[in-house]
Amino acid sequence: MIPDTYTIPQLDINQIRSDFPILDQIVNGKPLVYFDNAATNQKPRQVIDALTGYYEHTNANIHRGIHHLAEKATAEFEASRRRIQNFINARLPEEVIFTYGTTDSINLVAQTYGRTFLKEGDEIIISTLEHHSNIVPWQMLCEEKGCVLRIIPINDAGELLMDEYENMLSEKTKFVSVVHVSNALGTINPVAEIVRKAHAVGAKVLIDGAQATSHINIDVQALDCDFYAFSLHKLYGPTGMGVLYGKEAILNAMPPYRGGGEMIKEVTFEKTTYNELPYKFEAGTPNIADVVAAKTAINYVENLGKEAIADYEHHLLAYATEALSGIEGLKIVGTAKEKVSVISFLMDGIHHQDIGVLLDQQGIAIRTGHHCTQPLMQRFGIPGTSRASFAVYNTTEEIDRLVTGLLKVKKMLG
Amino acid sequence: MTINETQDELIEDFALFDDWESKYEYIIDMGKQLPPLPEEYKTEENIIKGCQSRVWLHAETDGEHVKFEADSDAIIVKGLVSMLVKVLSGHTAEQIAQADLYFMEKIGLHQHLAQTRSNGLASMVKQMKTYGLAYQSLNS
Repeated sequence: MIPDTYTIPQLDINQIRSDFPILDQIVNGKPLVYFDNAATNQKPRQVIDALTGYYEHTNANIHRGIHHLAEKATAEFEASRRRIQNFINARLPEEVIFTYGTTDSINLVAQTYGRTFLKEGDEIIISTLEHHSNIVPWQMLCEEKGCVLRIIPINDAGELLMDEYENMLSEKTKFVSVVHVSNALGTINPVAEIVRKAHAVGAKVLIDGAQATSHINIDVQALDCDFYAFSLHKLYGPTGMGVLYGKEAILNAMPPYRGGGEMIKEVTFEKTTYNELPYKFEAGTPNIADVVAAKTAINYVENLGKEAIADYEHHLLAYATEALSGIEGLKIVGTAKEKVSVISFLMDGIHHQDIGVLLDQQGIAIRTGHHCTQPLMQRFGIPGTSRASFAVYNTTEEIDRLVTGLLKVKKMLG
Repeated sequence: MTINETQDELIEDFALFDDWESKYEYIIDMGKQLPPLPEEYKTEENIIKGCQSRVWLHAETDGEHVKFEADSDAIIVKGLVSMLVKVLSGHTAEQIAQADLYFMEKIGLHQHLAQTRSNGLASMVKQMKTYGLAYQSLNS
């Protein structure tokens, strides 16, 4: 039985909803229900204001200018770096590299650390749960360097088989890149244990945190991971910007990624020397406005409190799991003990795309398809799923609307 | 019936519906009524891959007219596919290549054509026209 209220500290969901202007709209004649949060979540007014405020009052190119606006923009930009350092508990601000998103962060590591330190026969371990963005960069690297990609299998609940992982580890293992939270199933992986075991054989570890940051506390020093990658647009922040956290010594040992302005110390036609961290990895004019607004998104999340958010979302997950399980012919895919507020499901004899189209007609936005995790779908022997994912502004009333919507889909297609 | 006459007829049919449910029920019905494509035509060559659903398209010509048969694993897409087949199949290669398909937009289903990656419908229209062009050049 699901309790009617969640326990610690009570969030005012109506107040929170009023912070998100986009939620207040009619789609296909019905009030919008937005359950596609694992793809990207919506932005509070505060973040939108920070973005427009930047362009209205602050915009200038950063780091090189000597005028007032350039100094102001640089200060705001670097304040975001320190805010994010604090948010993930990195040891140093320069361990926070700004990228275009999680995918970009992973590619950076594969292309610089990977190409420099990995060689033929070295083994890279990923898992069945990975998003394509944590598969393809490593496949590209393996193809180029002759490394071997190994895959941690999962059980039917969608949990990693840790024994199999342990058996895979050897002195040949040089890199482990694993997702913190599965985008398709919601499984939370035991990443601290994964890191510890990888380090025991001398391998470096990247954690793909794209789906984790809005749901759970991130402490990169406690995790002891070598790299942590995430995107701000899944954290109530702007699109087109992400972070690569890396340990200072490792980042220093890595060659630069892209060449250009900002990342150099001195350029002559004979030889170029590179800038220090973090600028070495930030060639060209960065995504200044979005970086600046990112700290507002983080402030927003931390003002609500990660624990309160997690508690409320867990309540939504429990409510939805029970409600959806009551629909005959509906099967939930991914039933890990440790899960964030993501529910993937199948309905007997109904194609997921038809579910998505007919829910959209009722104003309900979910995601359908393979969720960029084709190997994971192959593991379950399915082409795709329907996925509802919940954020802090969602409500149990909206979940009721999803249930009603699905019953209608069933009636129309049954 | 010409291509445009069929299109206008479909537009008229849909004008009868005043809510989304009857509209989609009609599409679903058309999907159910479309005879399944024989397995021998469900080849890798005939597949038009979308991100979510698959569409198979088979074309044949008697030298003058082009006949289309199609199928999909998602029923709404199959309904939309059946409309495209109804509009274009049986016409000459030239007529198909030059057809201006306006009925989807008039019916208010153009969002399904825009979702190129998700259902492959737009690719299907392109492929049907490509068959038209190809048979046209074979004939000339």
